[in-house]
Amino acid sequence: MSVVDRQEWDVVVVGAGGAGLRAAIEARERGARTAVICKSLFGKAHTVMAEGGIAAAMGNVNSGDNWQVHFRDTMRGGKFLNQWRMAELHAQEAPERVWELETWGALFDRTEDGRISQRNFGGHEYPRLAHVGDRTGLELIRTLQQKIVALQQEDHAETGDHESRLKVFQECTVTRVLKDGDEVGGVFGYERESGRFFVLEAPAVVIATGGIGKSFKVTSNSWEYTGDGHALALLAGAPLLNMEFVQFHPTGMVWPPSVKGILVTESVRGDGGVLRNSEGKRFMFDYIPDVFKEKYAQSEEEADRWYDDPDHNRRPPELLPRDEVARAINAEVKAGRGSPHGGVFLDVSTRMPAEVVKRRLPSMYHQFKELADVDITAEPMEVGPTCHYVMGGIAVDSDSAAARGVPGLFAAGEVAGGMHGSNRLGGNSLSDLLVFGRRAGLHAAEYARGAGSARPRVDDAQVDAAAAEALRPFSAEGEEPADGPPENPYTLHQELQQTMNDLVGIIRREHEMRQALEKLAELRARARRAGVEGHRQFNPGWHLALDLRNMLLVSECVARAALERTESRGGHTREDHAAMDRAWRNVNLLCTLTDPSGGLAATDAVRGQITLTRETTEPVRPDLLALFEKDELVKYLAEEELYE
Amino acid sequence: MSSYEARFKVWRGDVDGGGLEDFRVEVNDGEVVLDIIHRLQATQAPDLAVRWNCKAGKCGSCSAEINGRPRLLCMTRMSVFGRDETVTVTPLRAFPVIRDLVTDVGFNYTKAREVPAFVPPAGVGPGEYRMMQEDVDRPQEFRKCIECFLCQDTCHVVRDHEENKPAFAGPRFLMRIAELDMHPLDAAEESGLDRRRTAQDEHGLGYCNITKCCTEVCPEGIKITDNALIPLKERAVDRTYDPLVWLGNRIRRRT
Repeated sequence: MSVVDRQEWDVVVVGAGGAGLRAAIEARERGARTAVICKSLFGKAHTVMAEGGIAAAMGNVNSGDNWQVHFRDTMRGGKFLNQWRMAELHAQEAPERVWELETWGALFDRTEDGRISQRNFGGHEYPRLAHVGDRTGLELIRTLQQKIVALQQEDHAETGDHESRLKVFQECTVTRVLKDGDEVGGVFGYERESGRFFVLEAPAVVIATGGIGKSFKVTSNSWEYTGDGHALALLAGAPLLNMEFVQFHPTGMVWPPSVKGILVTESVRGDGGVLRNSEGKRFMFDYIPDVFKEKYAQSEEEADRWYDDPDHNRRPPELLPRDEVARAINAEVKAGRGSPHGGVFLDVSTRMPAEVVKRRLPSMYHQFKELADVDITAEPMEVGPTCHYVMGGIAVDSDSAAARGVPGLFAAGEVAGGMHGSNRLGGNSLSDLLVFGRRAGLHAAEYARGAGSARPRVDDAQVDAAAAEALRPFSAEGEEPADGPPENPYTLHQELQQTMNDLVGIIRREHEMRQALEKLAELRARARRAGVEGHRQFNPGWHLALDLRNMLLVSECVARAALERTESRGGHTREDHAAMDRAWRNVNLLCTLTDPSGGLAATDAVRGQITLTRETTEPVRPDLLALFEKDELVKYLAEEELYE
Repeated sequence: MSSYEARFKVWRGDVDGGGLEDFRVEVNDGEVVLDIIHRLQATQAPDLAVRWNCKAGKCGSCSAEINGRPRLLCMTRMSVFGRDETVTVTPLRAFPVIRDLVTDVGFNYTKAREVPAFVPPAGVGPGEYRMMQEDVDRPQEFRKCIECFLCQDTCHVVRDHEENKPAFAGPRFLMRIAELDMHPLDAAEESGLDRRRTAQDEHGLGYCNITKCCTEVCPEGIKITDNALIPLKERAVDRTYDPLVWLGNRIRRRT
């Protein structure tokens, strides 16, 4: 049927954010011919929006810090649901990953003695985040981008071709992972610019596509975050892990409406900003949960002393993990103590001089000035929760980042599950990208080498099916109106966002999630009729119509898992099951595709496309458990776990 | 909260040509031009091509020209225009159009590859880098660059002079050379690479006659001309014309 351009590579990396680029660098340095595919231009990935910093226990500012403390903080932040081996590797390897960036040209802010400066952040016991003002993600992306260029320059010097061993296919979208039997065979995608299809055959594919936030109305995420990698893995037969855990960052902009959701960095609080309600009260003192009572200041005086004397005072409750702060803000607004536009006040203007604000938080100053006419050195910001990050993701092996169930498939970064448990700490994302991006690249390259000369075979039938699926939106207009009129993809997207926002948002209720599943089923049926005008050359309507498949799949995973987990933990809050339940501590929820035969049938509402299974997690290794006090463990672990 | 109907002209077309198309479209409080382009896509022109990502001025994707001025669509508030003013949105002029507001910015990626990378100092391992904040302040300013390429678009050396493109890296990449030159630990010189001389000889620094157009359009407020290009010119001139500096450097490098 269709003649599609085919190329052979050893490793294909889907996604060019922090994890994808770090994976590509590693794979190339290990000798694998590596292709990177990204939806945007090279260097524009969502990672650029990360503001606060990279968490790594280098101990530059407080020498008490080490990987064990970082591990502990990460497990507490995730309410002990983390895949503990990942949390361990992450805490151990993060410092090396940060130092390595300096050897590639990164310029972090410095301490007095010339080392990398580290700042305080929610949930981290010590100042731990390597940073560059409030644009750390940009520094990370640019450094990795420039390292890739450096490798290409080396290859050019040797082979005469910049792209002989490492090539970036920018503005291309992957719609299917192709298989050779049960194993990975490559990817199918299209060039956004021309609409042309292409196939990259490769024995190893690393998925590093980031998150799912564009399924929610109020989000800090960019257009790319349509859950592509989650959906690609599901469609290829891999399970997704704990998709109910979605992080709502406590501080997004709330006004004006067109910027609602844009992130206000946690550094504002790390550097001294405080949250107040409409009565002027620092309300966070009322929201310190039992598990954190001993760790946080009980009075404003103590909290304020902590900034200068952290060894003899406890940290302010504004620096509780994000899930706690987001719920508190939500409760204050609901109780009628919100700001004029439905948020609360975040204030730095009374906490530090204008000059300090401008130096430490330049992008925040700029962002509020330009977009909201607010001078944050003179008045408080209005902020409220915004969908920011998904903790759930592709189920992977902790050490190798290999996806479960599909040999040759790897995943790293936000798209991978497990590392952050039920809630991610700020700063642990950028370090996650580097640690597991590198591991994914390393193991993908080794896997590809093991495959040796036996190149994967991808049959034409798969390629033809993928092409037909991608072209369907163009024929929707012409079809018989038997099952209804053509649908506008933009309208469907807006309805999906509203549904997830209202019914599977920050506070969840059983009947609403059931309602959401009904609505998702309706949208699935209508999405099959999503039609587009025009042709295949750079056509955003077509691109969105294709992305809808992924958003609908992933949204169903979130809704089904959230309905199943009858407790509140981290980024999953049930009004009807408001407490954390120790019996759920060692339960993972896995989502798989009900009908993995290839096509996506318009299945009925109740059954849907996703099958959920429960799995008991592996017990935490005793030497890691020994890092905690027994009094703390009893708050998290089930009885039988404690006596083992 | 008040809404009104604005008049827009948006360039539509492709490599074979095109023209301005008229639209009437709703505008609400606080909106930016990108919001209006999105509204056009959702309601009137579903295949209207535009690049964008973060919608927060951090990624540099949505560069275009608004009423002839290079700007980010996401950081241009509608309130800067009068309600009866027609807002005209066109693609970046210095780069070949692909479709509608999307241009081929490949020129910039080619130039990026021509700038030799950071050279790590020999004998200094990971974790051993020591730099003072006052020494990294200057290159850090240039690393705020979001690569929106508005400076490349506006620079008169290439804006209407396609013929200058092969020899001229443009403000963004001359600034990248300045950044590496000011990096406290860059060991290019020890490796035999003279960044200042190559800026002059290979990247077209001499074409720049410091009209500061690049600085004016920079959405990050980077003082490209004053802080990067002029100092680089001064240092390049020292290097090129001062025989004593030249000789001294030659001798030092041999040892």
